[in-house]
Amino acid sequence: MSRLYVARNPRVAARSLDGEMMIMSGRDSTLFTLNKTATILWQSADGTTPLDEIVEHRICQEFEVEPAEALHDAETLARELASHEIIQISEEPIPQPNPAAGESR
Amino acid sequence: MNGLLEQMTEKALKLNVPLSVQLDLTYRCNERCVHCYLDHDDHGEMTTAEIKHLLKEMADAGVFILTLSGGEIFLRKDFFELLEYARRTLMFCVKLKTNAMLIREREAARIRDLGVESVQISIYSHRPEVHDAITLVPGSLKRSLDAVRFLKSQGLRVVIANVLMTQNMQDYPAVRALAAELGVDCTLDPTITPMMDGDRSVLSLGVDQTALQQVFRDASLVGDVEEFCAISTNPDEDALENLPCSAGHTSCYVSPYGDVFPCVQFPLPTGNVRKQRFIDIWRHSDAMNDVRSIRVKDLTTCTSCSHVSSCSRCPGLAFLEGNMRGPSSQDCERSYARTGVPSANMLAKKRAGAGQNLGQTNLGRADLVQIRVLPANVETSATSATA
Repeated sequence: MSRLYVARNPRVAARSLDGEMMIMSGRDSTLFTLNKTATILWQSADGTTPLDEIVEHRICQEFEVEPAEALHDAETLARELASHEIIQISEEPIPQPNPAAGESR
Repeated sequence: MNGLLEQMTEKALKLNVPLSVQLDLTYRCNERCVHCYLDHDDHGEMTTAEIKHLLKEMADAGVFILTLSGGEIFLRKDFFELLEYARRTLMFCVKLKTNAMLIREREAARIRDLGVESVQISIYSHRPEVHDAITLVPGSLKRSLDAVRFLKSQGLRVVIANVLMTQNMQDYPAVRALAAELGVDCTLDPTITPMMDGDRSVLSLGVDQTALQQVFRDASLVGDVEEFCAISTNPDEDALENLPCSAGHTSCYVSPYGDVFPCVQFPLPTGNVRKQRFIDIWRHSDAMNDVRSIRVKDLTTCTSCSHVSSCSRCPGLAFLEGNMRGPSSQDCERSYARTGVPSANMLAKKRAGAGQNLGQTNLGRADLVQIRVLPANVETSATSATA
């Protein structure tokens, strides 16, 4: 089975406000806020860590959830975020120009 | 502002987070607009390293929306280095304000590549003889409009800002038509700001009462004229607890010299980032906290005014008149132009014999109300879509 890689889209704007991630689309300036799972996915989306590892090491550590179910949900979430051009997804590692994730407060 | 952005602004207010900052990178300019409030000499701008340090501090403080303005931002040789750092490394939502004279195809492409949210460009008239007479630069209208086309061709969101003055007042319908033809947004703004040193002579360029009435009764601008010009009802107790505006609450301004003010139009010194951390100024400055303490109920004169719940009163303009808790006469005049009802401040001045003939005074010289052409996008599209 192929692995999925996720990377933050460098065209978006992002900032964490009291743990809640605000993302502004680079496509049409639509503003999104990410829930806790999506925020973990965003923060971990470095383009080189496969999604299954993110699920195993970050999401399953945070939530009591079966790994297979968590991976299925994470893939769905990743594809939804990608449809809004918030992240990029690929079956190959995705080179990143910088490691920023819009972290602050 | 609407929806999700409004929710995040409310959250930022509760957390005392400066969600939005305007940073002027320089006061130098390649135009000499007759109404400009700035001194264009360089008195010691922040260096590249100082600005990068400040941007990092602002990101750490939670600033999300960063407006880069001036002066003319493209006169800084390090402009794209700063923009790249702000966008790629710190992931700000960046908006630019510029005359665009130095934007050609190459610059437009770089701005697009760096994911700038919008570019606001000042256009005073569709007629070169009028626009260029305001900027005092021959050929400036052509260069600015060429840039609008370059930026638009890159798919960028462009906003034409049309400041209304005596010289160009009659041209705003044609500027709007031009914006529509170019496929860009357009804002009208009758605000003329006093010089930062307090000189108010530029206010004489502001449009008169008759012109303001014309604007306020233009249904294509304000929508329902009857509703827009209606006299507001007395405010309830809750309204008196409202904040006068966002300056110092969720937004502030930083000058090219590192001075922090509540707003670009509110030159109350609160600290300097060359001497203190940005977050310390934001949180602990006595002046900033003084601004923050003001509620509508604290305003002298205005609390008894029939316009109190609908007035566009600018605390910065009030400050420039001598009292940030006092009325802003220019906004009083604006409310009068809109409704035909004089403000409490105007009536008090008249009673004191200090006023002039209502309707024939220096009415409507300035205002913070920005009249956005209809139909227009909100400042930032804020559709809620929580993943």
